[in-house]
Amino acid sequence: MAVEHLESLLRDAFPDAEELRVEDRTGGGDHFQVTVTAPSLSGLSLLDQHRRVNDALAEPLRDGTIHELRIKTRGTT
Amino acid sequence: MSELQDRIKDVIENEPVALFMKGTPQFVMCGNSDRALRALREAGAPVTAVNILPDPAIRQELQEVSGWPTIPQVFVRGELVGGADIAQELAESGELEELLRERLGDGYREAAEEKVVDVLAEPAQR
Repeated sequence: MAVEHLESLLRDAFPDAEELRVEDRTGGGDHFQVTVTAPSLSGLSLLDQHRRVNDALAEPLRDGTIHELRIKTRGTT
Repeated sequence: MSELQDRIKDVIENEPVALFMKGTPQFVMCGNSDRALRALREAGAPVTAVNILPDPAIRQELQEVSGWPTIPQVFVRGELVGGADIAQELAESGELEELLRERLGDGYREAAEEKVVDVLAEPAQR
């Protein structure tokens, strides 16, 4: 299932995550909302925070698993 | 480097605000592109839109230039600002206006018009 796969990719990229959620926005298995709150994101610009998420999900973004991605990130200290 | 990539770079580097989107401002074809466009409009930005749908090569070449994997993509003065979520967040917090003022000058709203550039066309035809 795509949600679990994306979650595990994000867990690997953000082992320190305090909040990590992947939601299937439409139930179709290709439109996702990703929420990550992690200390390792703090101090980064919004652009770099989203870049970290995009990098973690590079493969499903490339192969079309993810048709649409919404990202919400926050750094904590 | 391809001619198409040159034209994409030309838009990014020379347009005050470039929005690569699915569809055009008059006929938006995707919810995320719509959110980015709305954010830019709310901030009063001059928007130069490029529709990436007519040819998959546009998206590929754009990704090579920007390193950003999703559409839409917003650039201000040649620099990537982000996609729909970032544009929306920055618009809501007022940071987008701040950034536009910083990079385009205080009077940026006065010259704010929307236009569409076809990167597939010969430059002379634009």
